[in-house]
Amino acid sequence: MKKICLSVIGIYLLFIQAFGQTKKDSVKQEQTQEPPVYLDKPLQFEEINLVSSYYNQNGDHSAIQGGVGNEKVTDLSNGLEVKFVAADRDGYKYTLTGGLGIDHHTAASSAWVSVTGSSKTGGTRVYPSLHYTEESPTGKTISFGATYSDEYNYHSLGLEAGYGFKVKKGGEFDTKLNVYLDKVRLIYPSELSPYPVVVSSASNGGSSIPSSPRYTFSGSANYLQIINQRLQAGFFMDIAAQAGYLQLPFHRVYFNNGSVHVEDLPAFRFKIPAGIRLNYFVNDRVIIRSYYRYYMDNWGIMAHTANIEIPVKINPFFSIAPYYRYYTQTASQYFAPYKAHTRKDSYYTSNYSYSAFNSSFYGVGIHTAPPNGLWKTTLSSLDVRYGHYGQTTGLNSNVISFVFVWK
Amino acid sequence: MHVRPGSIIGEPVSLSGKTALKMKKSTFTFLCISILFLLSSCVSVKEYQKNKLNDADMALSSRKAEKNELNFQSYREGASGANGGKTGGGCGCN
Repeated sequence: MKKICLSVIGIYLLFIQAFGQTKKDSVKQEQTQEPPVYLDKPLQFEEINLVSSYYNQNGDHSAIQGGVGNEKVTDLSNGLEVKFVAADRDGYKYTLTGGLGIDHHTAASSAWVSVTGSSKTGGTRVYPSLHYTEESPTGKTISFGATYSDEYNYHSLGLEAGYGFKVKKGGEFDTKLNVYLDKVRLIYPSELSPYPVVVSSASNGGSSIPSSPRYTFSGSANYLQIINQRLQAGFFMDIAAQAGYLQLPFHRVYFNNGSVHVEDLPAFRFKIPAGIRLNYFVNDRVIIRSYYRYYMDNWGIMAHTANIEIPVKINPFFSIAPYYRYYTQTASQYFAPYKAHTRKDSYYTSNYSYSAFNSSFYGVGIHTAPPNGLWKTTLSSLDVRYGHYGQTTGLNSNVISFVFVWK
Repeated sequence: MHVRPGSIIGEPVSLSGKTALKMKKSTFTFLCISILFLLSSCVSVKEYQKNKLNDADMALSSRKAEKNELNFQSYREGASGANGGKTGGGCGCN
């Protein structure tokens, strides 16, 4: 009996000792802890991403034919990105990312740039990019980037600069400025072209076709916030101003009197999109990803986008993520369908991207990332994502994407 | 049949300007209040408690696989931006 009592008292005293450290003691312990030690780490390869997609589309409102005609398009795109990382003994981390994208598309309506239907229907776009990011030990980041895009009728040079920092209680704020200096080659419908050289399936196009500039200036501000251990939110806002040649020269517009004209839009456009993301960790198997965006511009378009995705982990290395996206927009004040515009309209377009419509986009993605790589290679993860898109204008499309990551 | 510019054939008449403006203001107010309520309930989360938040599916950005989806949406829709993609420029898109 005495032994039992002594044992109980001894265990109780042990408990008291375990939780006996005062707040002062723990603070003193933290203060005497050594600061983190950083080592020089030369620039080295981090990962390669390859994103490949196949897209096909169908519809009956081709803008090239004035809002009627086949909108059949197929697009095969490939984007390769290589990332290098370095660090120094002061705790700074440097990231250099180089990218190269190549897209090839065919569009049935492109044949009708020529009134005989003999224009070439395919094209290739090449777009390299370079980005540099520097992150300090206190969480501040600066970034710079340059992009270039080249396709037969459009050339673009883009520059960007960004700055970000962390705030108390799990917040992060970053801003970015972008400038695009673009040139639109003035390829008019053959019957309206003032230039003697006409694009045909046989010709290479004329180097004598002039270009008109298009400028885009945009700023973005993003704020990410941890709400609790399972919930985090992001707030995103952009402001963009575009000036210059904002229409496309090969889009036709038919007036109600039967006359045909080249699409004409104002030389200035101001856009404000604002979005919010909310991601919630339900349990070890299910996460909810949600997104909402509101958009408005000075061309009269107002739009809402809502997206929900629910990744479900089948096991730690394999997950399936079904998703649904709903989109609705009002029409631009400059839009009217085929043969609806009149001579009194100052600006006019029959491009159904500017009409009022709703759309649904739904599909599923799968993600696999086994610990030793796929098929025991350096391919560390593979994503496959399929979606079907449909508008109330009648346009519908399918897209399938593959993402390969090598580390 | 006369079609008013800005509508597609068969589309019902849109809301009047005042009603649309009221709806825009009330939507904006509701969103602001929701965001303020959300931000006021933030708690400090230590690094060792972030295992759920650090899950790849919890990232507050669009997926790499969505890159070309954002691209075709910028061509086929009037709206763009605030989603990791471009807000304009760089292509013959909207």
